[in-house]
Amino acid sequence: MSLTSPHRDTHGEVDPQRLRALLEGGLPLTERPWQALAEQCGMSEAEVLAWVERWQREGLIKRMGLVVRHHALGIRANAMVVWDLPDAAVAEVGRRLAAEPAVTLCYRRRRCSPEWPYNLFCMIHGTRRERVLAVLGDIIERQELQDIPHRVLFSLKAYKQCGGRYTREDQP
Amino acid sequence: MPCQIPDFDELDRRLIDAYQRDLPLCERPFAAMAERLGASEAQVVERLQSLQQRAVLSRVGPVFDHARAGASLLAAVAVPDAERDAVAAAINRSPGVNHNYAREHDYNLWFVMTAADVMQLEARLEALEEELGQPLLRLPMVEGYHIDLGFPIPWAELEAP
Repeated sequence: MSLTSPHRDTHGEVDPQRLRALLEGGLPLTERPWQALAEQCGMSEAEVLAWVERWQREGLIKRMGLVVRHHALGIRANAMVVWDLPDAAVAEVGRRLAAEPAVTLCYRRRRCSPEWPYNLFCMIHGTRRERVLAVLGDIIERQELQDIPHRVLFSLKAYKQCGGRYTREDQP
Repeated sequence: MPCQIPDFDELDRRLIDAYQRDLPLCERPFAAMAERLGASEAQVVERLQSLQQRAVLSRVGPVFDHARAGASLLAAVAVPDAERDAVAAAINRSPGVNHNYAREHDYNLWFVMTAADVMQLEARLEALEEELGQPLLRLPMVEGYHIDLGFPIPWAELEAP
């Protein structure tokens, strides 16, 4: 591939969108993965590494590593627990739940009343349903959430699980 | 119910335990990982390929901060159980869908849709609503407290009868 093919701006900087689109699909599993990506987007290996380092520093990339499908590993009791918290309390409870080791994800979402009054979501992954429920019961007791309406939605089936695609490239 | 866990040997486990984050950012990352794990670069590459082939590994690479990377939304729809697989397939075909789960609730299909920006996301959601013939529950994130940092695998629990 020619190194003149990517769009470079007046400062000679490469448009990194192609690299971002490639990265969303993951690294090629070869000895020089960054070099392989560099060849596909018309950058040098050093330029690719510099962009990735910058995106990590700026927080666009939150983590870099093995993205595991937990269901395939046998972690199949995946509970989404949703809570209807007073708006004034949701951030504080959210932070407390996020600090629980068993809670793997925790975020506030906009309610969609009346169908959906819940504004705090957290995930608890485990190997078995009864263990997940026991852990949840313990959290409710220790965090004094007995009076907060909540629902537990275990997953029944994963129809799709892959990384987010945000760039316009490689998409209809 | 016993857990069905495929065979993961010591190297597989250590790779998963050590590198859900902090992949070395250098020209030969798998060599750097191999050195720390006391394996060869070829072994590490082969294990990662094997885990990916067995669909245990979604990928090796970055997890983007979705709020910075573009637009995304959690959505849900309530469908009769008999139609669930067909509707899930339609959702999977929609551009931008990256997660799609059946869950135990009247709202029984839950999925995340992503797009480059809010306008594209809205267009995709409207197109899907039209195809499904019913409104989606749209649940945008307001604030994240703990999001996708990877978590420890309970190997011993997975092996327990």
